Amino acid sequence: MDVASGLLHGFAVALQPSNVFWCFVGCLLGTVVGIMPGLGPAATIALLLPLTFKMDPAGGIIMLAGIYYGAKYGGSTTSILLNIPGESSSVVTCIDGYQMARKGRAGAALGIAAIASFVAGTVGVIGLTLIAPPVAAFALSFSSPEYFALMCLGLALVVLLSGTSLLKGLLSLLLGLWLTSIGTDLFTAQARFIFGQATLLGGIDFMVVAIGVFAIGEVMGSIEAGEEARMLPVPRGIRNLLPNREELKACRFAFLNGSITGFLVGCLPGGGATISSFIAYGIEKAVSKHPERFGQGAPEGVAAPEGANNADTGGALVPLLTLGIPSGGSTAIMLSALVLWGVKPGPLMMTESPNVFWGLVASMYIGNVMLLILNLPLVPLFAQILRLPLYVLFPVIFGISIVGAYGASGRIFDLGLLAGFGLLGYVMSKLKYPSAPLILGFVLGDAMERALRQSLMMSQGDVLSLVERPISAIMLTFAVMILLIPLLGWFNRLRVRAITENG
Amino acid sequence: MLRWLRKGLVGQWMAFLKNGDVISGAVLAALGVYIVMQSRAWDYYTPDGPGPAFFPFWYGVAMVALSLLLVVSAARKGGEGQAVDWSASGRAMMTWLAFAVSIVLMEFLGFLISFALLTFFIVAVIFRRSLATAGIVAVASALAFHLVFPVALSVSLPAGPFGF
Repeated sequence: MDVASGLLHGFAVALQPSNVFWCFVGCLLGTVVGIMPGLGPAATIALLLPLTFKMDPAGGIIMLAGIYYGAKYGGSTTSILLNIPGESSSVVTCIDGYQMARKGRAGAALGIAAIASFVAGTVGVIGLTLIAPPVAAFALSFSSPEYFALMCLGLALVVLLSGTSLLKGLLSLLLGLWLTSIGTDLFTAQARFIFGQATLLGGIDFMVVAIGVFAIGEVMGSIEAGEEARMLPVPRGIRNLLPNREELKACRFAFLNGSITGFLVGCLPGGGATISSFIAYGIEKAVSKHPERFGQGAPEGVAAPEGANNADTGGALVPLLTLGIPSGGSTAIMLSALVLWGVKPGPLMMTESPNVFWGLVASMYIGNVMLLILNLPLVPLFAQILRLPLYVLFPVIFGISIVGAYGASGRIFDLGLLAGFGLLGYVMSKLKYPSAPLILGFVLGDAMERALRQSLMMSQGDVLSLVERPISAIMLTFAVMILLIPLLGWFNRLRVRAITENG
Repeated sequence: MLRWLRKGLVGQWMAFLKNGDVISGAVLAALGVYIVMQSRAWDYYTPDGPGPAFFPFWYGVAMVALSLLLVVSAARKGGEGQAVDWSASGRAMMTWLAFAVSIVLMEFLGFLISFALLTFFIVAVIFRRSLATAGIVAVASALAFHLVFPVALSVSLPAGPFGF
């Protein structure tokens, strides 16, 4: 199936009434969680995953993806109106978005954010449509050594970009690898690390880890912060939400910059929307004829990061769908969801599950239009969500967490684990250990061990075989370089600055 | 002088122990040692290829090495700079404790009552709202959960002596 016929097939799937409905539900939920500080898309996807088990895989992944990219649209609203980012990917938007709002241009800032998100989000999906097929075709030649090397490369990138301390990123990853080893070894049926508990023979459910670390950990962090902020008034009426001609003219390059930067950074495992929004903002400021306007309410300072964090979605789905490598927490949960539905992300996904692959891609074109409609005229309505008291919201998150963790297995034991992982998520964030490497280590650990053991079986124990095959040798070399480069002082300072400026 | 020196050293040692990187590094090093020790009880290599101990042994070794490196680098930077402020964690830890207790109670009282008690505690104690507000939010949210999940969606939740 070529790209054109694949996309046509995808639209036939995505335009089925039930899938349009799930796409709308995902976009709506995404916008809502994007607006609410303290609840991120990864936590929401983890919380809702158990409810999608009985759904058709195409409808399920369309909805989960809607939450993923919808949250990026919604995240800008709180950045602009409250100076508090709804999502980490909207941190940079605070800088100029809030300043525009203070100068009475809140409507224009919200409008620019929505338009930039739509333009760049659509460019990102076009990039995904065009790039995914050749990447998948290339990956068809991969065998166990290449997959092992690819996972090493992906995890190295995640460790590099997820936190200021490389050591803590690596330790978080190793913790994830250990957690995924708990249970029965599939090669030899040997029980590992079960602490005498027969209930652990089947391993720890991914849902319990994801909900605990993301949802419970995030709520505990928000309860500790306990900050209240004053919201700036939201202009009513579509006319008041449209930027004027000068503002749109100032944003021309920012739309393009955000689209390209966001997509390219998104393709890298670990890149993520937060990093891409920062880089796009940096580029915008560097090439601007008036860099002094940045930080004072420059419209392009809103358009570039908002465009980048939305174009990132299309990029992030390239390694997920064609190689089975997630680039962050949200995509790691989406990978687990696909596996639970019996869909195997990787080079064969396009031919084995065309409904899911092309249905998802096509739904993103539709979802971007839905989000533009939702986020322009309805933004005053969504802003009312910010008036929901936290003392109502947080118990609800606890309740949904319990339903999600208990629903997967029906065991109180898993609820105990949920509490444990919630505490782990909170302590990790207090001690500045990034959680993304832990989740990725947990998701990829099994496949990584299997690929390594199969590679060594193929070569009768010769470790050098991993570097004798050219593709795996190149990827392993890159992985080692990625972990060694921060030893260069200037590079590490640049890396740490990029991460800390993103909060 | 000796007393001052001793006090200074003790102070530095205490700051070192309060250092989040030192404590987490030590805990992870202990976990790494446990992983390596456990993996020694399993086959490292079998006639078919690497055994169940192969992968855990190597990431356990890496965990010990990296966590010790973290402890050493924290010690070299000095204790004070890396100290974690746990004083602000009281509210979060109280919430977590209430959550953990509600899970224990769930086995005996079921979801509905335990969740209502948890909600009541969060609203009344953590957010310091009136008892009436806490009661209304607790009852309303517990009932809403019961109606949406077990009743409407047929999702099973822990049941208590009254069947819910």
